[in-house]
Amino acid sequence: MANIGIATTARRAASGNALVRLVRITFVHFGVLPLLLLILVVGFGIAEPRFLSGQNIFNVARQATYLTVVSMAQMLALLTGGFDLSVGVIVAMTSVVSAKVMASIVGGEPNAVGTAIGLGILAGLGAGTTMGVVNGLGVAALNVSPFMMTLAMASIGFGLALFMTGGVPVYGMPTQFGATLGFGKVLGIPVPVYVTVVVILAMYVLLNWTRTGRYFFAIGGNIKASMLSGISARWYLFMAYVLCGFLSSLDGVMLTARLETGEANIGAAMPLRSIAACVIGGVSLRGGTGRLGSVVLAAVFIEWFENGMNLVRIQSYLQMVVLGVLLIFAVVMDEVRHRYVTKLRED
Amino acid sequence: MAVIDARADGAPEVIAGAPPLLHLRAVSKWFPGVQALDGVDFDLHAGEVHVLFGENGAGKSTLINIVAGALRPDAGDIRLRGQSVRFHSVHDARQRGISAVFQEFSLVPELTVEENLFLGAELTKGGFLNKPALHRRAEETLARLGFPLRPRTRVNRLSRAEQQMVEIAKALRGDLSILILDEPTAALTEHETARLFQLVQECTRQGVGIIYITHRMNEVHRIGDRITVLRDGRRVDTLSVSEASADKLVELMTGRKIEAFFPRIEHRPGDEWLAVEGLTVGDAVHGVSLTVRAGEIVGLAGLVGSGKSEVGRACFGVEPIDAGTIRFRGTPVAHPTPRAMLDAGLVYLPPDRRLEGLLLERSVRENIALAGLPLREFSGRLFLNRHRERSICARLAERLGIVPPRIERAVTFFSGGNQQKVMLAKGLTRRPKLFIMDEPTMGIDVGAKTEVYRFMKDLVEREGAGILLISSDLPEILHLTHRTYVMYRGRMRAELKGSEIAEQAILSNFFEPRTAVARG
Repeated sequence: MANIGIATTARRAASGNALVRLVRITFVHFGVLPLLLLILVVGFGIAEPRFLSGQNIFNVARQATYLTVVSMAQMLALLTGGFDLSVGVIVAMTSVVSAKVMASIVGGEPNAVGTAIGLGILAGLGAGTTMGVVNGLGVAALNVSPFMMTLAMASIGFGLALFMTGGVPVYGMPTQFGATLGFGKVLGIPVPVYVTVVVILAMYVLLNWTRTGRYFFAIGGNIKASMLSGISARWYLFMAYVLCGFLSSLDGVMLTARLETGEANIGAAMPLRSIAACVIGGVSLRGGTGRLGSVVLAAVFIEWFENGMNLVRIQSYLQMVVLGVLLIFAVVMDEVRHRYVTKLRED
Repeated sequence: MAVIDARADGAPEVIAGAPPLLHLRAVSKWFPGVQALDGVDFDLHAGEVHVLFGENGAGKSTLINIVAGALRPDAGDIRLRGQSVRFHSVHDARQRGISAVFQEFSLVPELTVEENLFLGAELTKGGFLNKPALHRRAEETLARLGFPLRPRTRVNRLSRAEQQMVEIAKALRGDLSILILDEPTAALTEHETARLFQLVQECTRQGVGIIYITHRMNEVHRIGDRITVLRDGRRVDTLSVSEASADKLVELMTGRKIEAFFPRIEHRPGDEWLAVEGLTVGDAVHGVSLTVRAGEIVGLAGLVGSGKSEVGRACFGVEPIDAGTIRFRGTPVAHPTPRAMLDAGLVYLPPDRRLEGLLLERSVRENIALAGLPLREFSGRLFLNRHRERSICARLAERLGIVPPRIERAVTFFSGGNQQKVMLAKGLTRRPKLFIMDEPTMGIDVGAKTEVYRFMKDLVEREGAGILLISSDLPEILHLTHRTYVMYRGRMRAELKGSEIAEQAILSNFFEPRTAVARG
């Protein structure tokens, strides 16, 4: 029976029209994302003309940078077969630490703007990356499951960030910080977009052209096989969380510049949103597979989708519901694709 | 239809005697990309032990899974006592008296012996578990079988042999008409094996039909009545045990004359590549010594659990060494690690390629290159040389005969034999001086096996490498190795050279010394 089913599918695929075949191939290679993008553009495009306006797309592009960078960070953890639930808290911690450092330096020496911004950024990156280091040590050296390690880290980080700020936003940063890194433009393109493009390029090189990147995939694909191939799996596992922490932290710096305050609760939705972007972008939750381009596109998709919902005035509470549903849908479709691909072993 | 069929067919057999207990007719089963069974006929009479013989991948597992109700055939029919039947699940088959003991135990390690025995058939009283009754019944069952197990021990505390007993006890729990045993002695000592065979005889006396899978010739003759040989999903022949000699079985199984199947490999021993002395690894290996020279294939034989795998793993640095020394190419290696050993020219081929060997979702290219990435050919200081990677991998894939030669395809889409070739190609990137191969032909088809053997011949004769062949496949050890060590319970039992390497000589060292058996 099964073979008849496969044979029919194959025949249908061969004789079916080009469009159907295109849809199939796209689904196998890129998952559900192209379909979602199509629905998004057509659906919202019809419902709300402003959705496709140049100005709106420009806004989305700038807005999407923050999710894009965190999603790439998350992707590193997912590739190795884990995940990082503390990305949001790393963003928050970075925000609070950098804001506090900047505010205290310019508070004492109002002219030391450059020093304040430089040291503030470094302190923020240091704090965020340190959290990544701790995650990495827990996962790689102490064998704590990524779930528990990063969940606990999320609690620790959030607690520390709230403790340092007393729950109130940190003001008093030099205005130049927000003006350049948050709102600045070069050749008409926002600065955060440049930063994001640099991160994308660096990630591309890392994942495709270096041993480290290859080993991330290998460890997620089969950690035992990786070890037997002479790879120091623990070291690269550790590195994945450190890099994840660093990129999240970088995101925190950019977001702080955009908000012009240091806030302890800016990252609350980030673990979910970044995992959603990765999964919609086809990164396997089992580890070992995923495409950078799809993740970037998926992050932009989520941002654009939320922007569309805003334009047609869907309440933000409901938007959370929609995002959750979308995530489940993406996971289910990933499973469907996995089964479909297994069936295609025939060809 | 089915009813008429049954009557039409059943009638003459009833006159001739009882209809077979189980009768499979033209049973076929397809899996994506493989025809696992192709029109197989099989019958089993009450009170007989019918041995299923064949290589890994010949279709034995598929066949017993169909009989046990775990798989449904795509074509053909199954008759139980002349009645056409369809099993909807393992549970369904069990209800009709068919039980199977598989190699992979279906035990829950965290539960106790008695909880496992009655898993899925718990005794209840008013909706709650009736634990006292459960305990009593478990004790009765174990006592009847003569298994020295305590019902309240957690299964993960038991040895493999003891777990096997639990598994068998579970199968024998209810009313039984067909018992399927899938290599039941793999983990048993000779004494336990003798006990098992007694049990089997008791079962057959009570009219139970037994389907018995084994790779061991001597077991075939000890308890079998008839043998069915499968190859590539087809039934090759069914013969009575008395007409089945070992050579005949191997020929039926492989479809080739033995001489054609195993290449002759020149023995030109050179420098000593590997010297192990007094190696002790936890409870698995005690004071084992062995040597492997360039240009020779050295076998390491023994039962599952004899410690032969651990010796290979310890040399590669994946198993912690408690005592002993390892010298590789004359240099002592105090703390071997996979990376250091790879750099020194030792490649280890793990027995389970899906578990430890391959990145299934990644491409053939990435898999082949994985162990070689630190080498100059594959990468510079910072970046991979993907161009060279592609050409090297393509060349190796061609040399090993990986089909189809599409190196960008994920490994999971290739057959077991081709996956194995990917692993060998991966080893070649390191230009090994010594290859430790643990079950290199496990679960691959006959064609791929011959290619693996040819690869070994090539490696030894042309490149002067040494091979330590760890294998449970006796013919492989008999026909390929120049010297063979036999291990028994973690200790080195014998070293056989040249013409000493014979089936009986090896088998006699697999089990407890005869005298011990006689005394027991």
